[in-house]
Amino acid sequence: MSATDVRRAIVRIAHEIIERNHGIEGLAIVGLQRGGTWIAEAITKQINEIESSVTVPVGALDVSLHRDDIGLRPVSLGAITDIPFDLTGATVVLVDDVLFTGRTVRAAMEGLNNYGRPRAVQLAVLIDRGHRELPIRPDFVGKNLPTQKDDDVSATSDGVRITAMNASSK
Amino acid sequence: MSRSIVIKGGTVLNRSGELRADVRIEKEIVVEVGLNLKGDTELDASGCIVTSGFVDLHAHLREPGKEEAETIETGSRAGSLGGYTALVAMPNTDPPQDSVAVIDFVREQGKRAGLVDVIPSGCITLGRQGETLAPMAELAQAGVNFFTDDGFGVQDASLMRRALEYARGLGVTLAQHCEVAELTKGAVMSECQCCTDLGLPGWPAIAEELMVFRDIELVRITGATMHFLHLSTARSVELVRAAKRDGLPITAEVTPHHLSLTQELLASYDPVYKVNPPLRSSEDIRALKIGLLDGTIDAIATDHAPHPRRDKEMSLDTAPPGMLGLETALGVVLAFGDLEIKDAVSLLSWNPARIAKIDKVHGRPIAASEPANICVFDPELSWSVDLQRLASKSINSPYVGRTLRGKVRHTIFKGTPTVIDGQAQK
Amino acid sequence: MKHLRSIDELGASGLLELLQLTDHMAEINQRPVPKVPALRGRTVASLFFEDSTRTRLSFETAAKRLSADTLTFNVSTSSVNKGESLRDTVATITDMGVDAFVVRHKSVGIPWQIAQWTKASIINAGDGAHQHPTQALVDCYTIREATHTSRFDGMQITIVGDIKHSRVARSNIQAFSMLGANVTLVAPPTLLPPDVSHWPVEVSHHLDDVIPTSDVLYMLRLQSERMSQGHVPTLREYSEQYGLTQKRVARLRDSAIVMHPGPMNRGVEMQIDPSDVKNSLIHRQVANGVSVRMAVLFDLLGSGANLGGQA
Repeated sequence: MSATDVRRAIVRIAHEIIERNHGIEGLAIVGLQRGGTWIAEAITKQINEIESSVTVPVGALDVSLHRDDIGLRPVSLGAITDIPFDLTGATVVLVDDVLFTGRTVRAAMEGLNNYGRPRAVQLAVLIDRGHRELPIRPDFVGKNLPTQKDDDVSATSDGVRITAMNASSK
Repeated sequence: MSRSIVIKGGTVLNRSGELRADVRIEKEIVVEVGLNLKGDTELDASGCIVTSGFVDLHAHLREPGKEEAETIETGSRAGSLGGYTALVAMPNTDPPQDSVAVIDFVREQGKRAGLVDVIPSGCITLGRQGETLAPMAELAQAGVNFFTDDGFGVQDASLMRRALEYARGLGVTLAQHCEVAELTKGAVMSECQCCTDLGLPGWPAIAEELMVFRDIELVRITGATMHFLHLSTARSVELVRAAKRDGLPITAEVTPHHLSLTQELLASYDPVYKVNPPLRSSEDIRALKIGLLDGTIDAIATDHAPHPRRDKEMSLDTAPPGMLGLETALGVVLAFGDLEIKDAVSLLSWNPARIAKIDKVHGRPIAASEPANICVFDPELSWSVDLQRLASKSINSPYVGRTLRGKVRHTIFKGTPTVIDGQAQK
Repeated sequence: MKHLRSIDELGASGLLELLQLTDHMAEINQRPVPKVPALRGRTVASLFFEDSTRTRLSFETAAKRLSADTLTFNVSTSSVNKGESLRDTVATITDMGVDAFVVRHKSVGIPWQIAQWTKASIINAGDGAHQHPTQALVDCYTIREATHTSRFDGMQITIVGDIKHSRVARSNIQAFSMLGANVTLVAPPTLLPPDVSHWPVEVSHHLDDVIPTSDVLYMLRLQSERMSQGHVPTLREYSEQYGLTQKRVARLRDSAIVMHPGPMNRGVEMQIDPSDVKNSLIHRQVANGVSVRMAVLFDLLGSGANLGGQA
């Protein structure tokens, strides 16, 4: 995806979120550290421009301490979680850059429990690259990108790139 | 026909000099020193020094009372492996060696083991309590001529004065463990920067030096003979040097560990390094070595202090002080002592024999008609301590993992080999 | 990092890492549900041979917030007093499946000795007068939180009291210096070790000289036994010369911080109630205890820093 593609996807996702939830009441956007926070902020900014009556809050969640592979591989903590609002009763849209095995999202949902009981949790991702290991599905997707399991996918505001780790993949 | 033993191919070392020669022994005596001797048993001494068996002025044999750590038999065996043919047994047993009954018991056990001459020392004060004198005359009649409260110093100056006066009358030697107890309460290691970092109470050098000074002056006014046990500080050496210059009847000893290990080892938190007096600084070690070279210090004594394994697995402050020493003394002295072999033998054998007043039998020249108490050692052999193979019942040696130089190959006690090729014979 | 036993063993970079990690833990403690599953399945055993309800509870709370299981080993009723050696005690508990020991003992060196007899991580909660590294971490974190700086270069920290017998002082002197602070010790000569020339500190025997230039005033507890042992003539004299009085508080800089590791000996080193001292951060020291200890536990058991051989 190019930078323009990314920008367009974010705008589309913002509209889809408002449409799906019939407005912005009770909405809260939470980006996952580190890859999802810039997207969450971009989406929130977009939503607040479209519907300027109420400001939708945005927060950032570090899921490292909720991962299921602690003790199996080195953990490095991201930036600190910052959720300066009450989640109880809110519709929380989790935002991440790449949806892969689904484990990060599972950890995020567990992490959210520490902050209250949302009315609903939805998932927005810029890229869905497949290879799910848990029953997790996104509600809003920027683009579906088929990949090899060991490919490296990077997503920034400049665009999305896939780097094949395996020489034999295209 | 008596069986003869010949020590072949070694270098005989006496005070008068050294010469390449074989030594033939029959019964309990050396009968000939010469070349190409033959005998029923031949012990190979090639590359070795052949000299008088060592004499330890300071060994804790733990029997009676602490047989879990060592017995007179196992201690004797350890001694023989270290080249010793005589050990002065320290009196801090339980019951202590302040009665003829205990003295006789210790002597008997030594004879029964038959590996070294075990020479019981007597207590200066009853029970080593430092309050009243032990029956020194009675003990002297039972053959004791070396008295100490080792483990403690005699704190009361007037009591020490009387002890010295009494000793002079008997012609016996008093030996002091110099430690002013008030200054070392709770101390675990030498008072130094390392000690400060560890937050431990320290054992200041003056706690030893004050008593050395006091006793030198008491000797001056009483004329009794005094031996200073395990000196550890530079200033102690200076004090003794000056006292000898004044012609006072004073002798002194140092341990192999105080010549080779420093106080910083306590930073490992390993109680194997905890000892009384404590390990000191490299400056102190330097001064002690100079004291050995200029005759200020007369003898090297091991202060062999076995403790059962469990006791040294306690915290630093609760573990009892003391290290093994009999089997490693020679190896440590030659590896770390900066001494010529002849000086080492003088310090390990000839001088201590004289101080213990057994020099008619031990520390003798290797010559015809002399008692056969002999040590044959290889001065160049490098070796390291194997805890499994120590003869001592305990394993608290601080030299595990260190390379020592010089090992005993054979030891002959009263004409019978107690050690052959580094193996104990009984 | 396998153990946390002393500040010098931890080192400057380890110290900074733990302080950073503490920020994450502090955030967890702000959550409505202050708990994460990070150390699920791990067991942390408290081995307190010296009484300290507060520190022990702080560690146990920290372990629980990380979802670890806790075991408390009660020494007074244990077999240690019946002659079982320290080694046997540790081996027995390790066999029950312990991942970390939190140890407090009146003897110096226990955390190092114990490490020979178990594969578990060791956290030193105080060994004699030697070290109390988590207290130093709490203190550094508290200062950091108040001054918003991660390094203390140019900061003047004054530690007052019984330095000689204080493990808190030894750990803090190392930690504060590692972070760049200038440390001054204030005490009568009898409460200082015989020779501190190799420590990175200045020494003064007059508290009043040092008060106006201190950025942090750290008061140590004086135990009443010190008088009977001859270290100070009377507690009253000590308090007059070295205690925190109203007059001294008034002479502190506006920005100065007052700290104390607790528990306090009122009327001795503290003549004034800390709640009356506006610059006191003693309550923050207490509050930060759990976060700091969570950081330590996570670093030792969860961060994968010492996976040793696992993929």
